[in-house]
Amino acid sequence: MSVSSSSPAENAFSMKGISKSFGSVCANEGIDFEVKIGEIHALLGENGSGKSTLMNILSGVYRPDCGKISVFGETRDFRSPGDAIRCGIGMVYQHFKLAESLSATDNIIAGLSKGQIFRALQTEKSDDRHISTMDPDVSVSPDQKQRRTGTNYISDLIRKFAKRFHIDFDPDKLASQLSVSEKQSVEIIKVLIRGAKILIMDEPTAVLTPQETKKLFSVLKKMRDQGCSIVFISHKLGEITELCDRVTVLRKGRSVDTLVVSQVDTYDLIEKMVGRKIELEIVRPAPNPERLECLRVEGLTYHDEKGLAKLSDVSFSTFYGEILGVAGLAGSGQKELCEAIAGIIRPSSGSISVDAEEISGLSPRSITAKGVSMCFIPEDRLGMGLVASMGITENVLLKEYAFQKGIFIKTDRASEKSDQIIKELDIMTPGVRHPVRLLSGGNIQKVILGREIHLHPKLMITAYAVRGLDIQSSHTVYRLLNEQKKQNVSVLYIGEDLDVLIAFCDRIMVLCRGENMGILDANHTSKIEIGQMMSGTRLEVIRTGVDYVSNR
Amino acid sequence: MISILTSPDFISSAISFSVILLLGTLGELLTERAGHLNLGVEGMMLLGASFGYIAAVRSSSLVFALVAACLGSGLGALMYAFLTVSLRVNQTVTGLALTMFGAGLANSVGSKVAGTSTPPNIEAFFSFHPLEMDSPNSAFLRFINKAFLSHDVFVYFSIVLAVLLCVFLFRTQEGLALRLTGENTAAADASGIKVTRIKYLYIVIGGVLCGLGGLYLPLVQQGYWIENITAGQGWLVVALVIFVRWHPIKAIAGSFVFGALSILGSSVQLNERLSTIPFYNQYIMSMFPFFLTIVVLVITSARKGAWRGPAEIGHPYFREDR
Repeated sequence: MSVSSSSPAENAFSMKGISKSFGSVCANEGIDFEVKIGEIHALLGENGSGKSTLMNILSGVYRPDCGKISVFGETRDFRSPGDAIRCGIGMVYQHFKLAESLSATDNIIAGLSKGQIFRALQTEKSDDRHISTMDPDVSVSPDQKQRRTGTNYISDLIRKFAKRFHIDFDPDKLASQLSVSEKQSVEIIKVLIRGAKILIMDEPTAVLTPQETKKLFSVLKKMRDQGCSIVFISHKLGEITELCDRVTVLRKGRSVDTLVVSQVDTYDLIEKMVGRKIELEIVRPAPNPERLECLRVEGLTYHDEKGLAKLSDVSFSTFYGEILGVAGLAGSGQKELCEAIAGIIRPSSGSISVDAEEISGLSPRSITAKGVSMCFIPEDRLGMGLVASMGITENVLLKEYAFQKGIFIKTDRASEKSDQIIKELDIMTPGVRHPVRLLSGGNIQKVILGREIHLHPKLMITAYAVRGLDIQSSHTVYRLLNEQKKQNVSVLYIGEDLDVLIAFCDRIMVLCRGENMGILDANHTSKIEIGQMMSGTRLEVIRTGVDYVSNR
Repeated sequence: MISILTSPDFISSAISFSVILLLGTLGELLTERAGHLNLGVEGMMLLGASFGYIAAVRSSSLVFALVAACLGSGLGALMYAFLTVSLRVNQTVTGLALTMFGAGLANSVGSKVAGTSTPPNIEAFFSFHPLEMDSPNSAFLRFINKAFLSHDVFVYFSIVLAVLLCVFLFRTQEGLALRLTGENTAAADASGIKVTRIKYLYIVIGGVLCGLGGLYLPLVQQGYWIENITAGQGWLVVALVIFVRWHPIKAIAGSFVFGALSILGSSVQLNERLSTIPFYNQYIMSMFPFFLTIVVLVITSARKGAWRGPAEIGHPYFREDR
C-alpha cells in the first residue's frame, strides 16, 4: 500500500534522486524522500542502509553527489549546516555535538546574534501572559533587553522557552554535568531556538531509558501538533508504530517504500528492511541447573583519575552455563567493570575472583591465562581489541604469541585458526592478511568475537557485541554466545537493547552511576522495571511495593 | 637580590620587556582558542620584527613599520592557516616549519639593516610616556611613577588590549563562537557558525599580535637589529599560554613574571656585588624562564582534572569525516 507522492504544497521538504558515495562505498543511491508538514515520519533501515548519510545531506553536513532538495517548495543547495538551519532544518545528531566545558546556555546560543536570541525567545511573551507578570524583565522594551547581556537572564528565557515543549533542564549547568537525556534536550532546544520547522532525530532513543523515551515521544508529539515536521531515524519497530505517522524504508542505500504506519504490520516492515523474511525469535536455551559459581565480584569500587567514583561497591556472581546481562545507561560503569575484571584498571577496593581464586591485581595476560576473555566493542570498534592496520591472522596472534615457545612467532597455527574463524562466522574479507580496518563494522566485530571464542575461555565478557550490527549479524552473535553457554561457559553480556537483554539473558544486573541496582530474573521482569532501575531506583524499593511513580 | 627585584628600575624594565611576551601570548591564545596550536610564534615574531624594523629604518615612519610587521607575521600565520585549516596538515609540524622558515627569512631580510639604529623620530615617539608625573613629591609616588607610569603608549595599549580581549572572549557572541569552535568544531559547524572563517581570522590576528610583539624588540628594547633577536621568546609564549590557562587577564600577570625572569640575568650582571658570586651567572639566570616553563608544564600535567585547554587543539576538522 504505497502512498502516492503528495502534492508539493503540503511537503515540508522533498529529496529527489539523492546519491552519495564515500570513496568506493556507495551510501545513498538515487534516494527519494518526502516529508509532509506536521507529520512524524520514520526513516527505517538497518545499520549501514544510509539513513544517517541521507539526513546528514539534508542538514548540510554532507554534500550529495547528485540529486535535488527542495524545502517548503523552494529548491535549495546547502553548502554548510548553517545554510540548512537558515532554511529551518535542524538535526539532533546521534552523537551529541556539545562542548563539554561550556554551559548549556552557551552551547545553545553560540553562533546566534543577540537579536536572533531575543527574537526567538520573545515570542513567548505573547504566548504566556502570566509570565510577564511573574518576571518584570520580560516586559522591558527590546532596546533595554539588548543591553542586558548577562547569561543568567538568557538562561531564564531559555528555561521558559523549553517549558513550552515540556522540556526541563538547568541551562546554567556545564554540558559535562548534564545527563544523557538532558544533553538531548539541549540539542533539541538548540535547533528549536534557531527556528527549525523540520527536526531530524538520529536514533534518539538509543541512549534513553524507557521512561525517558516516553517523555521524548510526548515532546515530539507536542512539536508535531505545533506544526513541526519530524524525521525520526530508528531501527526499533515498536517505537515507529507508537510514534510515527508514515515510514520510509531504506535498504542498502536505496529507498524501498513509503507507507502509512497504521496500515502496515511489523513483519512487512522487517521484510522490506532486510529484503527477505527472517526469523526474529531470540532463543534462550536453559541455563546449567548446577549453578556453579565462576566469577565472584565483591565490593568492587573504582575511582577514576579525577577521583570520581565510576564503580561503587558492586557485588555479583556469574555461573557456568549462564548468561548474565548487564543493563544501564551509557557510562554507568560498564566499561570500568569490564576493565577491572580484565585487569586493565586496578580497582580502588574490593575483590574479583574466578573459581574462588583472586584475580584482581594480576596482569591482563595472566588473567587471560586463567580463562577470562573479554571482547569490548567501543564506539569506534577498533579502539580496543584489534590492531586496525593488521590482518586477521596477526590479530589472532596478538592473544596467542605470548604462550608460544621460542624466539620466532609461528603463524601457521594462527592462520589456520583465522581461516576457521572466517568460515564459521561467515566473515566477508578478501583474505586473512587484509587489514581489519578495511572491513565493515559487523565483520570487525565477528573477528573479535571469533578470536575470543577460540581461546576457549571459562568466562567470556562481551560489551556491546551487537553495536552497529544489522539484524542478521546480531542473530549470529546471539547464536554464537548461546553455543558458548551450552558449552558451560559463563557469559557476561553487557548490552544496550532492553528487549534483547530480556529475551536473551538468564539474569540481568542493572547498573546506575556505578552502583548495582539489583539483579533480576529475566523471566520475571519488564522493560519498565529495568528502566526504573536504570534511572536509580533499587530493586528492593520497587519490589517492596513502594509506588515509585506516585511517590514523586 | 631582593633589592634588585624591588627596585623601580627593575620593575619598570620588566614591564617594558613583558609587553613582547604579552602581545605574543594574546596572539597565541586567540589561535589556540580557535583550536589550533601554532608553534610558529618564534618565527612570526621574527618576521614581524624584521619586516617592521626594515620598514622603520627605510621610511622613518612608525605607521609603515607597524603595517609591515603586521603583514610579515600575518602572512606567516596565513600560510599556517592554509596548511592546517584547509589542507589539514599536522599542526605541530607546520608550526615548527613556520618557526624555521620565519627565522631564515627574517635573518636574511634583517641583515640589510644590521647596525642601523632606530630612526630618531620613532625613538622620540617611544620615549613619550603619557602617564608619567612631572615631579612627584613623596617617595611612594616616585616609586609608582618610575615603576608603573613611565611607559610608552605601546605598553598601555597591550594591557588595554588584554582587557578588551577578555571582554570579547567571555561577553560577546563572536567570542562565544570562537570558544565553541575551539572546544567542539563539529558542534560549532552544526550551530551555523562559519568555522573556517573563524579559524582563519583568529589564526591571522594571532599571528599579527605576535609580530607586533616581535617588532617591539628591535624598535624599542634593543634599538637595533641583531640576528635571532627574539632569542626564544616565542617558545616562552607557547608555555605562557598554558601557564595563564588561555585567559587574557591572567596573561598580563603571567607575562610580567616571565618578563621579570627574562631580564633578571642582565640586571644581576650590572650589580657588581652579586655578579662576583659564581652561581649568579647571567647564562644561568637567562635559563630561568625556561626552567620555570618546565616546572609549569609538569605542574599543569600533574594536576588532576585541571582544564587542559580548548579540546580541539591539534585535531584537524573535516566536515564529512565519518
